[in-house]
Amino acid sequence: MNQTVTNNLMGLKMFEWLKQQKALIALLVLIVVASLLNDQFFTTGNLMNILRQTSVNAIIAVGMTLVILTAGIDLSVGAILALTGALGASMVSAELPLIVALPLTLLLGGALGAMNGLLISKGKVQAFIATLVTMTAIRGLTMVYTEGRPISTGFTDTADNFAFIGTGWMAGVPVPVWLMLITFVLIWALLTHTRLGRYIYAIGGNESAARLSGINVDRVKIAVYALSGTMAALAGLIVTSRLSSAQPTAGTSYELDAIAAVVVGGASLAGGRGFIWGTLVGALIIGFLNNALNLLDVSSYYQMIAKAGVILLAVLADRKANA
Amino acid sequence: MKALLSLTGIEKSFPGVKALDGAQLNVFPGQVMALMGENGAGKSTMMKVMTGIYQADAGQIILNGEPVTFNGPRQSQAAGISIIHQELNLIDNLSIAENIFLGREPQKALGFIDWSKMFDDADSLLARLNVQRSSREKMGNLPLGEQQMVEIAKALSFASNIIVMDEPTDALTERETQSLFKVIRELRQEGVGIVYISHRLQEIFTICDRVTVMRDGQFVAESATSDLNEESLIELMVGRKLQDLYPRVDHQSGQVSMKVRNLSCKGINDISFDLHEGEILGFNGLMGAGRSELMRVLFGDVKRTSGVVELYGEPIHPVHPSEGIKAGIAYISEDRKGDGLVLGMSVKQNMSLSSLTALSYMGAINAEKEHVQATYFKDAFNVKTPSLDQPIGKLSGGNQQKAAIAKGLMAKPKVLILDEPTRGVDVGAKKEIYELINQFKQAGMSIILVSSDMPEVMGMSDRIMVMKGGCISGEFDATNVTQEQLLAAAIGKH
Repeated sequence: MNQTVTNNLMGLKMFEWLKQQKALIALLVLIVVASLLNDQFFTTGNLMNILRQTSVNAIIAVGMTLVILTAGIDLSVGAILALTGALGASMVSAELPLIVALPLTLLLGGALGAMNGLLISKGKVQAFIATLVTMTAIRGLTMVYTEGRPISTGFTDTADNFAFIGTGWMAGVPVPVWLMLITFVLIWALLTHTRLGRYIYAIGGNESAARLSGINVDRVKIAVYALSGTMAALAGLIVTSRLSSAQPTAGTSYELDAIAAVVVGGASLAGGRGFIWGTLVGALIIGFLNNALNLLDVSSYYQMIAKAGVILLAVLADRKANA
Repeated sequence: MKALLSLTGIEKSFPGVKALDGAQLNVFPGQVMALMGENGAGKSTMMKVMTGIYQADAGQIILNGEPVTFNGPRQSQAAGISIIHQELNLIDNLSIAENIFLGREPQKALGFIDWSKMFDDADSLLARLNVQRSSREKMGNLPLGEQQMVEIAKALSFASNIIVMDEPTDALTERETQSLFKVIRELRQEGVGIVYISHRLQEIFTICDRVTVMRDGQFVAESATSDLNEESLIELMVGRKLQDLYPRVDHQSGQVSMKVRNLSCKGINDISFDLHEGEILGFNGLMGAGRSELMRVLFGDVKRTSGVVELYGEPIHPVHPSEGIKAGIAYISEDRKGDGLVLGMSVKQNMSLSSLTALSYMGAINAEKEHVQATYFKDAFNVKTPSLDQPIGKLSGGNQQKAAIAKGLMAKPKVLILDEPTRGVDVGAKKEIYELINQFKQAGMSIILVSSDMPEVMGMSDRIMVMKGGCISGEFDATNVTQEQLLAAAIGKH
């Protein structure tokens, strides 16, 4: 008797929890439907393929989640991806040891992000404007630096080792997918178990209250944009490594895909509300949808429309839930 | 007398709560009806039923003898009911006049706005309320009290025959309150029926003809104000006897803890005072007199231009709230929603927000330590919440305030600054907060109590400083001062 009560209670809790997980349910439905429509879809090869393709957007979206939680936005991530990718490619082709080149590239991304943070916190420029400015400037810098041409990583041992990041496999899983998972776990721990994570939610929830509670709001914002820049640089390394060359136009409009993943994952652009796993689900929904439509021979033009539909649905469902 | 509007047997349920259960309210022409009850008694829900924002599950609304149903605020407005909300619904970067006539701007041919008519009408409304402002001024330039007056002007502009006023004087200065009362008396003369909601008992006895008391969503009593006194009214509201509302404790204050000399910043000028251990130092004065600025400069949120602050002999110079907290000052803001709490975060997370450095090791929060601390304060302060993980926005004002004080105290301050600690808090919770403050005092804490509520500041403080125009205009022994003396110092009449 007692057991049934507990079971019912558990069931109720599960149900309550499930009601919150609309994005996850949508993802599962998407997978089931796609599997029924095409037998190529639910194969290990294809699933790994999707995860690998999703990893770049997902990693950028992790940084974007932090930014959006503080009620900010970062439009410069695609541009940072291109510039750090190009610089990384140069370092690799110059045969700089990877142990130096990789951290340096990430650090560069972090520095570019910190610049955003400085403009926004100390310069009091709105995040949208500040990152629009840096996006444009960094895109320009990339063009100047690459002279508009791709930079090859070369044909050295260093380049071969570098290629492992984008093309390698470990324990049956592509390396970019491992990187994505590690990133998510780290940022999950940051958000749920550290002071910085708590401060990020507090600033997004009520910036004045956060300040009066003794939180150094400027410092937290700089850290958040720096992290976003670092994630963009990591994505830049993966993209460059996969192609063995850096494209000057790489990452164009990736910022929008990242924002879409965060929003589909249930975070609020008003700040203070959202979870990192939601962003993973959001990125996966977009990735799986693209793949399924590809397999079903839907043209990429229609794919865009479908993606827009999914984002709109996610936001509408979220609004209903919070009304 | 026949009622203009009467609500009887009103019931309204929300998932899990019965907010109204047999509530009743009558509004008579030319009379001011006070609606009283603790927070959570169902006053706001009742007002929402009355104005059509909610529909009652059961019961009747009778307007001028006819049963009516309102399916939205527009319908109730059309039927002649307007409401002054407690929360300001104003747009900062529009002019006063645009705010008053938002959505119903006077128009000329072809739909162009008749600006001169709009400004003229708005100006005469302001004049009626004795607000010395041009209606062309931007809303955002007005202090909170005058913004509230604009909200009142907006309600008057509907020329309704029933006006509901929900805590209208909360942000008003004494003089503004008097102007409002003058207008209320005029409206009464014109036969308008007024519903007046306030936690300030004195106002009820000053301006209201009758009182309706609610408790737990139910109708308790309706009575003429003249048949009641403060004590019997409170008893009706809380359903039990309340001892003296201000339980002052006598406590020998100790050594000087904070010494302020010639402190100035934008808005305050040359402030000097001493604060002792085990002392409550009250700060009174009109809105805009510089009290909050003074507290914020002490705390490090506003830049100091000159002067010295010493804490136990050590000069301190905080330039950010984080430094103020580190130096040992806790500041509990007057505006819980605006900058006091993060409403979306849990009770626990709000309580610990100023103390996370002490609760963390290498940047990682020690969840157990945090839980222990929060539980301690929840129990010590009797914060009523189903769980520490409850979003704090869902608690009542009194419990939110207790959590806000817990946040300040968890950081182990030497000086506690309470800015309007009982604003928007019901009578029962008020008393609990007063008792807490007294406990801190007995434990030897140095306390600054900023309050516009004169009985409160007189009943709680040991000494009272009055501010006017950014300066200290008077210092009084609280056991030996009258409201008239405080008011005279606040407005500068001698």
